[in-house]
Amino acid sequence: MFKIFTKLGDLVAFDLLALDPTTHMAHAIHFFVEDTVKLLFLITVLMTLVGFMRSWLSPEKVRHWLQGKPKWIAYLMAVSLGAITPFCSCSSIPLFIAFLSTGIPLGVTMAFLITSPMVNEVAAVLFGEAIGLDFTIAYVVTGMVVGMVGGFIIDLLKLDKWVEPFVFQVQVNDEGLNEEVELTIKQRLRYALNEAVNLIKQIWLYIIIGVGVGAAIHGFVPQEWFLEHAGAGNLFAVPLAVILAVPLYSNVTGTIPVAEVLIAKGLPVGTTLAFIMSTVAISLPEIMILRKVLKPQMLVFFVAYIAIAFILVGYGFNWLF
Amino acid sequence: MKRVEVFGMGCANCTATEEMIKDRAAELGVEIEITHIYDLAKIAARGIMSTPAVIIDGTLVHKGSVPTNSDITEWLQG
Repeated sequence: MFKIFTKLGDLVAFDLLALDPTTHMAHAIHFFVEDTVKLLFLITVLMTLVGFMRSWLSPEKVRHWLQGKPKWIAYLMAVSLGAITPFCSCSSIPLFIAFLSTGIPLGVTMAFLITSPMVNEVAAVLFGEAIGLDFTIAYVVTGMVVGMVGGFIIDLLKLDKWVEPFVFQVQVNDEGLNEEVELTIKQRLRYALNEAVNLIKQIWLYIIIGVGVGAAIHGFVPQEWFLEHAGAGNLFAVPLAVILAVPLYSNVTGTIPVAEVLIAKGLPVGTTLAFIMSTVAISLPEIMILRKVLKPQMLVFFVAYIAIAFILVGYGFNWLF
Repeated sequence: MKRVEVFGMGCANCTATEEMIKDRAAELGVEIEITHIYDLAKIAARGIMSTPAVIIDGTLVHKGSVPTNSDITEWLQG
């Protein structure tokens, strides 16, 4: 099904640019063309599909479902919701406030907030296509478990005091906003496509950079280099991967080509996963957005918790696979 | 004159929504008074859970994504 993208890569690298197929440059360019086009196309299609299905789900409905539910079910629902909400973190914040204001416990709401920017259903599908089902499952499960455990700890330690006070003081006056407008199928498709296009406009640069980095590694780093220098035997590899990822930030779709290449070149699954998720979750843009509702102490806790969690996950998966 | 309120914390989507509405209103020659509410507390207090959201003359017309041009046209000409 995806042969067409390979052919496009062949066309540009070997025909148009007439590069010698055995050179590193040729490999890099081929990879770049094939992956950029493939990713942009797939993301658009998948986002449209997901957006279409998601049009039946509204935050109001979810808030209604979450109210009064026993803790374990609520946690699972919260992270599942986080996994399928769109990238734009600025939607997570109003949702966070709204959930708290209707009495949904802080732990459950934080579980959602933690998982939301980390896990994305489109990225999961694309990880599956690029690397395999194992990685996808590892990615989704890690995101959701880290979210649930994080929320649980926050609840346990009663960290309400580290949430900005105004959040709890919001008086929600939403009479008249709850009429559910019934959309036609055509409208839903239109919205989904529109949302997908808007999203691409926001993240295309991350994808290009991600593919660029992936292409450079693909073309210029020798096979198995990572296995020799950062294999599972090297105990420092996992924490180092997390630390290296801190100053880096990318939208998760931009990390897909990088993850693909790292694994192909021999970096263990756990180390790769730790690196990728740390790049996405521990980042200045993310922290700045969270600062609007969380106090600095909570942010410090958040970063420390995530870093430790990913290091453990990294070791865990390296050991498992 | 229509009173348009755009709700959003300041990310690209919300800015785009505001720009699109202003442009479309200018194109159609419809007079609007447009305000952009960035403050989280105010956004939440109005019961808005997903941004960008648009309220026109007190009625919520859209939430959760950047509206399409035809949506905006419908609102401005309705």
